[in-house]
Amino acid sequence: MAGQHESDFANPIINWIDTRLPIFTMMDKEYGSFPTPRNFNYFWNFGALATVILMIMMATGIMLAMNYQPNTELAFGSVQHIMRDVNFGWLIRYVHQNGASVFFIVTYIHIFRGLYYGSYKTPRELLWMIGVVILLVMMATAFMGYVLPWGQMSYWGATVITNLFSAFPIVGQPIVTWLWGGFSVDNPTLNRFFSLHYLLPFVLVGVVFLHVAALHIVGSNNPLGIDVKSPQDTLPFHPYYTVKDSIGICVCLIVLAILVFFAPNLLGDANNFIPANPLQTPPDIVPEWYFLPYYAILRSVPNKLGGVCMMFGSIMVLFVLPWLDTSPVRSARFRPIYRQLIWVWVVAVVALGVCGAHKPEGIWVVISRVCTLYYFLHFLVILPILGKFERPLPLPESISRPVIGGGGPMPSGATAKPMGKA
Amino acid sequence: MADSSAAAVAQHDHPDATKRDFLKLVTGSAVAIGTAAVAWPFIHYMNPSRDVLALSSVEVDLTPIAEGQGITILWQGKPIFVRHRTAKEIKEAEDVPLSDLIQPQPDSARVKPGHDQWIVLIGICTHLGCVPLGNKPTDPRGDWGGWFCPCHGSQYDTSGRVRHGPAPANLGLPPYAFASDTKVKIG
Repeated sequence: MAGQHESDFANPIINWIDTRLPIFTMMDKEYGSFPTPRNFNYFWNFGALATVILMIMMATGIMLAMNYQPNTELAFGSVQHIMRDVNFGWLIRYVHQNGASVFFIVTYIHIFRGLYYGSYKTPRELLWMIGVVILLVMMATAFMGYVLPWGQMSYWGATVITNLFSAFPIVGQPIVTWLWGGFSVDNPTLNRFFSLHYLLPFVLVGVVFLHVAALHIVGSNNPLGIDVKSPQDTLPFHPYYTVKDSIGICVCLIVLAILVFFAPNLLGDANNFIPANPLQTPPDIVPEWYFLPYYAILRSVPNKLGGVCMMFGSIMVLFVLPWLDTSPVRSARFRPIYRQLIWVWVVAVVALGVCGAHKPEGIWVVISRVCTLYYFLHFLVILPILGKFERPLPLPESISRPVIGGGGPMPSGATAKPMGKA
Repeated sequence: MADSSAAAVAQHDHPDATKRDFLKLVTGSAVAIGTAAVAWPFIHYMNPSRDVLALSSVEVDLTPIAEGQGITILWQGKPIFVRHRTAKEIKEAEDVPLSDLIQPQPDSARVKPGHDQWIVLIGICTHLGCVPLGNKPTDPRGDWGGWFCPCHGSQYDTSGRVRHGPAPANLGLPPYAFASDTKVKIG
């Protein structure tokens, strides 16, 4: 058996397969005995939750595609056909529709976790950047999916969002025509959006794989934000975190079920029950709730190109976040000023979401401008400066010491040393 | 492995062992029931939808079909042969000894009483699903004057019974009833 993998599994069939293709060894290494910081709180559930929701979205989406017609004449009716005639079509569609909202809730909490506990800092910069790519692909997928039912909000959402690209000088209009495959949002647009809406989730699976692969190289961050220093600081992933994740999955599925069975259209827009009409724009154009903050940033700038750049910039700034935050301390738990400012940032983002849902008039314009300003101020000014002035609290000596040692931080840990490699 | 020795210790020294077994059993059962409950909507989703089931019957006016002629209509996406048989064809179908047949069945079992000039068949060869020729008098009808399948040469008589392989069985009969002497409802 020279050159072959030696398998430890007692079961002869598993051993035979594992010797030739060590998938069982790999699964055990990555999800069985995988050493994981022992102090995770429930914020560390949300990556697993997002993965589960992605699989639910793909399963329900594949089912919906069996009955959906990507044609401007038939699309709206085919969705009604799914809702009324197809067995359990209402269930599959409502899970898909509300699953998108739950997907964004879970992902936004996952991102907040990264911001609060400094998960983007070295050595996890690339892991974080891959995560931002996941967010962008998710947003593109969600946007194109919303166009498919071909209601009024689908049509006008597609028109407005694709027209964003017309803000760029010279190349703008040709890009928009290229995106549409015509001179307005029409059948070619719907066809390509359906094609891409089916493709992008598989791209997402690939990027998620890279995200997880990178995670398993650098290891998970933890609520203390300090490095794992000894095996005492870790627990095997199974059963400790498989069980902890399972609890989170149950709660998440309960939330999804409540939405699906009791308020399936709570997060939707009534205008999308009207078939698309290229001759009439609805009185209020609003995107889905998960895009509202970006929409508010877009509208807060009185210049077309400026607004578009600010909106894209609000995501792009996340790519360089690991280098904007100059503090060597990861967890906000030990950063007394950052711990408050991150909540100011959250309030600003939520306020932007509220502004995005209102017509850009009066006080809403003022609020959205202030919040947009703070959004960028937080990343571009506060974080670079704060790291130099903030005096962090003493870091604990190790993860396991406060958990099982019962003691507080060592006196020598009182100074804010940059965290070295363990 | 460490796990198995720990389990052995747990078996002997810890009353928790049975509690843990119980919890595992209950959790596993809940997962199995939950999976099945979720799987059913996904499976049933692919069964015929209500609009498809609503298309389950069609009515056919028989008056334009002359003696010796047949028509093909679509019912549930399948071709249905409706043929107006001549007296000679009826006699041939009735007189053949059952021992000559691959799937013995009297002609009387394949037509409605009092309407034996009308034969209504599912026009799908029982071999591999082709549509046999023979509804038009100009079509090849095979040696038994019924239908001839162009795919693999199966032949059917004027009662739609298979007389020459490779088809293993007679042409199927759709559920139908005579609404009047000139109108038949299929499905």
